[in-house]
Amino acid sequence: MAANNFRHALFCAVVTLIISIPILGLNLEAKGINIILTGAKTSTYVAIVLAAVAVFVFQAYRDSIMGLLGKLPNFNPLADKEPMEQSKRVKLESWILTGIVVLALFWPFVVSRGSVDLATLVLIYVMLALGLNVVVGLAGLLDLGYVAFYAVGAYTFALLSQYTGISFWMALPIGALLAGLTGMILGFPVLRLRGDYLAIVTLGFGEIIRILLNNWTTLTGGPNGIGGIPEPTLFGMEFGRRVKEEGNTSFHETFGIAYSGEHKVIFLYLIALVLAVITALIIRRFMRMPVGRAWEALREDEIAARSLGLSRTAVKLSAFTIGAFFAGFAGTVFASKQGFISPESFVFLESAIILAIVVLGGMGSQLGVILAAIAVTILPELAREFSEYRMLIFGAAMVLMMVWRPQGLLPMRRIHITLNKQE
Amino acid sequence: MQDLLYFSQQLINGLTIGSAYALIAIGYTMVYGIIGMINFAHGEIYMIGAYTALIAITGLTALGLAWLPLILVVALLCAMLVSSSMGWAVERVAYRPVRGRHRLIPLISAIGMSIFLQNYVHLAQGSRNVGFPALIEGGFNFGSDGNFQMSLSYMQITIFVTTLICMTALSLFISRSRTGRACRAVSQDLGMASLLGIDTNRIISATFIIGAALAAVAGLLLGMYYGSIDPLFGFIAGLKAFTAAVLGGIGSIPGAMLGGLILGVAESMTSGYLSGEYKDVVSFGLLILILLFKPTGLLGKPEVEKI
Repeated sequence: MAANNFRHALFCAVVTLIISIPILGLNLEAKGINIILTGAKTSTYVAIVLAAVAVFVFQAYRDSIMGLLGKLPNFNPLADKEPMEQSKRVKLESWILTGIVVLALFWPFVVSRGSVDLATLVLIYVMLALGLNVVVGLAGLLDLGYVAFYAVGAYTFALLSQYTGISFWMALPIGALLAGLTGMILGFPVLRLRGDYLAIVTLGFGEIIRILLNNWTTLTGGPNGIGGIPEPTLFGMEFGRRVKEEGNTSFHETFGIAYSGEHKVIFLYLIALVLAVITALIIRRFMRMPVGRAWEALREDEIAARSLGLSRTAVKLSAFTIGAFFAGFAGTVFASKQGFISPESFVFLESAIILAIVVLGGMGSQLGVILAAIAVTILPELAREFSEYRMLIFGAAMVLMMVWRPQGLLPMRRIHITLNKQE
Repeated sequence: MQDLLYFSQQLINGLTIGSAYALIAIGYTMVYGIIGMINFAHGEIYMIGAYTALIAITGLTALGLAWLPLILVVALLCAMLVSSSMGWAVERVAYRPVRGRHRLIPLISAIGMSIFLQNYVHLAQGSRNVGFPALIEGGFNFGSDGNFQMSLSYMQITIFVTTLICMTALSLFISRSRTGRACRAVSQDLGMASLLGIDTNRIISATFIIGAALAAVAGLLLGMYYGSIDPLFGFIAGLKAFTAAVLGGIGSIPGAMLGGLILGVAESMTSGYLSGEYKDVVSFGLLILILLFKPTGLLGKPEVEKI
């Protein structure tokens, strides 16, 4: 161990102590009007010291640890195998997707009501993530205000139903189209900005929309939100115990079955499932159309793509609009599921969660994004004590992914042809 | 007369906030000038600075220290120490491994870091806002007219003076010292600077440390000025400071100062004449407009894209 290494390791350990002791070790507590300082539990201090020791050991023996790690046998069973043939891989992916859909179809009939509710939320996130995947993963435009379009969809439905009594089925296309339109209008001026500026500008737009929703009290009800959003109907059949609107019948009376609150939940879930599948299929089509290829071409090399005659604005705008459209879709479903919306649901953190899903799943890969959406939404519910640490872990995971595997867990692979090596 | 007084009052308030924004903006602009990335977690560094300062002030008061300047100076030093260590560690963990990759990768890493730090403080200190004691009270009152009185509080004077000292020290450091010269060299051409024997990694770390220390100063000042802090308050302040940096021309240090002051005044004029709720809308709107029409900002240099 060189002396230099030792000094560096000591420095790192001291920094670890400095950044953790005041924040973790000393807690501010409000007592009446005064604030007092209390020490944390002994276990916290032990943990801090252990962390510092760990940092020290790692930094001091960094080279040998890294060397050992490199020598470890590779646990990845697929590492030695030849990469799967492309046609096979594509087939396998579509089989897995079909399998997930079939499984999802039977899901609500075997589990409890709470799980179905959660599954509906998962599907909403799947839709959002698939939409954002077009923008971030395929077109390479980092959109940090994606939640704004989600809000547009949700608020369109809520407001229209409040003022005109529109039904879910009418609101669905209107909400999605309006969100898409918003995306187009917002996207038009900003899309010529460079990547990181674009990210900040979209973030600004997202915040502006949220602040407007929060403060335009006469229209949106401000922080109190809008309630009484109607549930979807099935060919004019309502799922409530009593029919609310004239001319409608109720589901359980039509089919002569006993009323059950579960019908509504399952029905909403199935709608979300169908919409999520439609979203996935449409985007899958887009990916193979010229415009989809253009997205990726522009992402990979903007200058080359432009010199081949692609219109930068048109291509980027199409990705942005399509992404926004599906966010509006998801927003309408969300409003209908909750029955109540407020600006609280559309904060930046929500954008960050959707972005985390796309990043974790592998930018551009549909299967990866769907699996990540399921994992990210369900994991915190499975372990309640974990849910407190959810965002902490998301943040750390985003950093680690970028450092170790920026292409995501299940990266997208294009069908491509490789040249044979010539002897 | 009353209108004029009201206007000057808003101007004073704006300049106060603005000079604190300028302090945070320096961190963004220096980092951007050198490695071309938006340090999204900078707002969180500022928030951590404010928390550390409050912890230090509470601790020192509990220990029986009563002389105010000493408390403030010690709290300031503590905050600067913790924040700059944090800044250094963040760069080491989240930015250095991804340096030089595609533009979006460091940015996503920075967003992850920002979320992580927010929740780190949230879990350790609770999500509720904590009151920051008003240690510097009172002020000058002048120009009373009818029922409106213009005032300049001692707190505002403290903010001006501290900012002025920090900015002067920074300017001297950048223009005179060896490290400062190396900083300028690295920001002009990183590769060339490293060929000429400058340890660029060290300089980049130094940039993060300086930015974080200034953010900690702003954290203490604004924490006291606003009277309460919570784990989320770095986020909006960070965005505003970024706006200030872009407004002045990102990469330019005098630009960050100018941008901060302009943004602060614009904001306080909005809350003074329109409504306090829309002041954030104005600053984000300003950001969008500048990026659209003059992405180089007021004092920035145009960026040439090379193929």
